[in-house]
Amino acid sequence: MEEIKLMKGNEAIAHAAIRCGCDGYFGYPITPQSEVMETLMKEKPWETTGMVVLQAESELAAINMVYGGAGCGKKVFTSSSSPGVSLKQEGISYIACAELPCLIVNVMRGGPGLGTIQPSQADYFQAVKGGGHGDYRLIVLAPSSVQEMADFTVLAFDLAFKYNTPSMLLADGIIGQMMEKVVLPPFVPRRTDEEVRNQCPWATTGKVGRKSNVITSLALEAEVMQETNLRLQRKYAQIVEHEVRFEEVQCDDADYILVAFGSCARIGEKVVELARNEGIKLGLLRPITLWPFPTKEIQRLAKQVKGFMSLELSVGQMVEDVRLAVNGLVPVEFYGRQGGVVPLAEETLVALKQKLVK
Amino acid sequence: MKTEIIIAGFGGQGVLSMGKILAYAGLLQGKEITWMPAYGPEQRGGTANVTVILSDERISSPILQQFDIVVVLNQPSMDKFEPRVKAGGILLYDSNGMTRKPKRKDISVYRIDATDMATEMNAPKTFNMLVLGGLLTVAPVVAVEDVMSGLKKTLPERHHHLLPANEAALRKGMEIIEKEN
Repeated sequence: MEEIKLMKGNEAIAHAAIRCGCDGYFGYPITPQSEVMETLMKEKPWETTGMVVLQAESELAAINMVYGGAGCGKKVFTSSSSPGVSLKQEGISYIACAELPCLIVNVMRGGPGLGTIQPSQADYFQAVKGGGHGDYRLIVLAPSSVQEMADFTVLAFDLAFKYNTPSMLLADGIIGQMMEKVVLPPFVPRRTDEEVRNQCPWATTGKVGRKSNVITSLALEAEVMQETNLRLQRKYAQIVEHEVRFEEVQCDDADYILVAFGSCARIGEKVVELARNEGIKLGLLRPITLWPFPTKEIQRLAKQVKGFMSLELSVGQMVEDVRLAVNGLVPVEFYGRQGGVVPLAEETLVALKQKLVK
Repeated sequence: MKTEIIIAGFGGQGVLSMGKILAYAGLLQGKEITWMPAYGPEQRGGTANVTVILSDERISSPILQQFDIVVVLNQPSMDKFEPRVKAGGILLYDSNGMTRKPKRKDISVYRIDATDMATEMNAPKTFNMLVLGGLLTVAPVVAVEDVMSGLKKTLPERHHHLLPANEAALRKGMEIIEKEN
């Protein structure tokens, strides 16, 4: 049996990346995710698997190194926290347009601005609605445990390569900093150059016996750019159809549904416990993919419950997607805390009763 | 069975390490564990706290309103966390620097003069092990052997010669803990 380890969420990301055959990491330190790079530096994977670990001179440099590495068909990633991820948005838009697979980790902290180092989920809009310019999407996974920090690192890479698109792990300071038990993924060797050439025929691997592969996000002719947009949208439609993931806790007989992701879903589980103790039939819907969003599941639940409440570490962002899904069928309320403050289960239950349980 | 613990004090007192040792000991006992630090700019001198949850089942929220066991190692932590002990729960405090005694009558209160003892033993760095020894006496949430194994795991190998001193402190803590209420 695989050994059970105790580690922080940020450390789990680093270990999982090394184990899943990652070729390179490019980052710039920022609290509360610096342990990702620290762990990689401590593990020295360049001596074992040959993985590159590089502290770039800035976030801009880091994301463009990821752009370059991904263009070569390499399995590369970067990590940062909110202000740093804002800096990376230009590069992310370019990578999405160039249809390259890579992973971006955002361990969110309170904003806006330089904000605070305490946990937040206020980068939801930035992650799922674009963030950078243009019509593009990221596959966004929201881990709610240290185990999922490891598992979703592997999954995010897999999905990125399946669809040739950047994926994002959207965590927060709580999930990044806490320690829990984790079983790390099995060790997979890095792909050989030949395997990269076979799996990524579009990659700039050195022109040997084929015509040049050109990777660019620039197309000055409007019709060409329109075709790029339509191609991206066809791909996104496939992702929406096949990759929605969510978890439900006691939704079967629920009168009310709490919708929460990441650390808030953990608090939400406790709210469900407390509510059920008081005889309120509350269930929890936890979107695992924030994009694609579990719209259909919410639509299904909307036909059988009396209302929803979204619990978030923000002023209310995901609640808009819940409202779009529910489409006025039943009330959709919001409760949250902002700027690094974390709501307790007890106060959330009070809010639920005031807003929804009449 | 689920035990929700918070340990709070000054940065530098070994608050986070104490939580980590508890967590590792819980791991060895096959429990589910969440170790959640307040990760603000708390170095030596600032306030620091860590929540440790040990459970036989899946753990929900890592952020808690109330605790089964509260360990406070300075006055600000006493002020903040005494009201957050569950009724019938345990409050354990080190008397050093405290300006008042706990007020609650619906909880068990224990005092440990660990700062004084650590000074007397000429081993100030084993302070947190004295406290942990006291804690395990009044609330045996994990086994002493597992605590020592946990310590071995958390302590870098170059410091392993300090293990006997830490075990001595752990045992001493078990002797000097006193029930107040």
